[in-house]
Amino acid sequence: MSLNKTDIEKIAHLARLAINEADIPDYARDLSNIFNLVEQMSAADTTDITPMAHPLDAHQRLRQDVITETDQRKLFQSIAPKTEAGVYLVPQVIE
Amino acid sequence: MHNKSLSELSASLHNGEFSSVELTQHYLDRINAHNETLNAFITVTDDSALKQAHVADQLLQQNKAGKLAGIPLAHKDIFCTQGVRTSCASKMLDNFIAPYNATVVEKINAAGMVTLGKTNMDEFAMGSSNETSFYGEVKNPWDTNRVPGGSSGGSAAAVAARLAPIATGTDTGGSIRQPASLCNLTGLKPTYGRISRYGMIAFASSLDQAGPMANSAEDAAMLLNEMAGFDDRDSTSVERDVPDYTETLNDSLDGLKIGLPKEYFGEGLDPDVAATIEAAVKMYESLGATIKEISLPNTGLAVPTYYVVAPAECSSNLSRMDGVRFGHRCDDPKDLLDLYQRSRGEGFGEEVKRRIMTGTYALSAGYYDAYYLKAQQCRRLISDDFQQAFNDVDVIMGPTAPTTAFNLGDKTDDPVAMYLADIYTISTNLAGLPGMSIPAGFVDGLPVGLQIIGNYFDEARLLNIAHRYQQATDWHQQTPAGFK
Repeated sequence: MSLNKTDIEKIAHLARLAINEADIPDYARDLSNIFNLVEQMSAADTTDITPMAHPLDAHQRLRQDVITETDQRKLFQSIAPKTEAGVYLVPQVIE
Repeated sequence: MHNKSLSELSASLHNGEFSSVELTQHYLDRINAHNETLNAFITVTDDSALKQAHVADQLLQQNKAGKLAGIPLAHKDIFCTQGVRTSCASKMLDNFIAPYNATVVEKINAAGMVTLGKTNMDEFAMGSSNETSFYGEVKNPWDTNRVPGGSSGGSAAAVAARLAPIATGTDTGGSIRQPASLCNLTGLKPTYGRISRYGMIAFASSLDQAGPMANSAEDAAMLLNEMAGFDDRDSTSVERDVPDYTETLNDSLDGLKIGLPKEYFGEGLDPDVAATIEAAVKMYESLGATIKEISLPNTGLAVPTYYVVAPAECSSNLSRMDGVRFGHRCDDPKDLLDLYQRSRGEGFGEEVKRRIMTGTYALSAGYYDAYYLKAQQCRRLISDDFQQAFNDVDVIMGPTAPTTAFNLGDKTDDPVAMYLADIYTISTNLAGLPGMSIPAGFVDGLPVGLQIIGNYFDEARLLNIAHRYQQATDWHQQTPAGFK
């Protein structure tokens, strides 16, 4: 497989990653090499093989729908880049 | 002091030979003397360590102290430690002061152990050489021109150089076992679900598992006793009793059936490493075990499968680092998209970006069946191989890594070459099985690790098998020159 500049730009956008224009050829080369490695999977016949989502095939555990956590908003917001009046601040989204 | 086992340290603390404050200060002095060379610690918690030691000393005086009380340890900087920077070796979390403790940290604190600091690692545990850390590479105490392995390279270097008696690590594709192998340690990755993942910063959630990195199987067993157990805060934690892992250490190995997968001894394995492993296996024969060649025919699928599953899960897990609630935020974002993209672009290092992009692509519309679904099917094939093998043998042995520690910088330009350093360890994570690496000898002065893989929840048996070998050999007692 060979990924080109457009592919890398699209992937970076989907991943919400700003990447340097100058690094794109390196990403294209490295990701192409990684997917060449990954494509060795195609040698395996996986017809009728059930995908393995959990090593022990365990199921999601359920719990009672009761409040167990205490309010720690102040503590959690103390490490936030920008807050005001108890909310996280981001650039304006709606005009 | 620093060449004592955990049980010797415990005895000395309990009989008053020295105090926890003295012991802790001794290790802090060693860190102070050697960390500049090794770069094993990102953060040293001098003040809180001495406070914890003081509390432990009071309990010891009142005869209220448990077995590990007052013994220092180091935590990989992937475990959240309340009030202490938890960076995961990333610029993204350079300013992140964890607001709570990981369950592992809570349990170890409750045992009265003393935290010396947070150890260096590959950024977000993505790497096999500890060269992707934002805080710089870690050096191998056996040869400071070489890598300590990764991703738990700081923990490995710290314990190998006796800057800590024991440390925690995590293993997603070999990150405990491979550095243990390269630094002459005993490292154990337990069965998936045995130790809580709560507060352990997630890389690939279906593979991540914590474990001890120690100087002996006995030390590892003692720490595993504290780390293991069910936690309702981890949705994949397994509800199953924890045995006392020290109780069965001396069990006989008579009749133990060891399988040697022929795929682990093929092309790519350094011949001197192979000879060292074969000698270790011979030793097991003299201890009463029988050896059988087995086959794990889908071994070749492990690395390709892993490089879909792990990046896919990481791309999802790391989406929480968005510059909004914690971590790095770029200056003057012009809009929300710019905030996300530049915060993440600036905060993550190259390898992390590569893996996020690999995972993003593998999960993008139209590719799910070809990559993630196919990988999960291959995972089943790999897991079935092991179950087939365990019909015939009790444990599987082989090399932990294909070579001894390689030179710093050797593989940094070729991600795929680096990925192949984990060729023998990745399968166990995909299958969720427990695996260990123990010191088995040296090649040109560099340590070689023997890998022992067991069936689900066979940790006690693995530790027993490792311990009996360590009773008959002294590889695990060798210390690197310059750190004696």
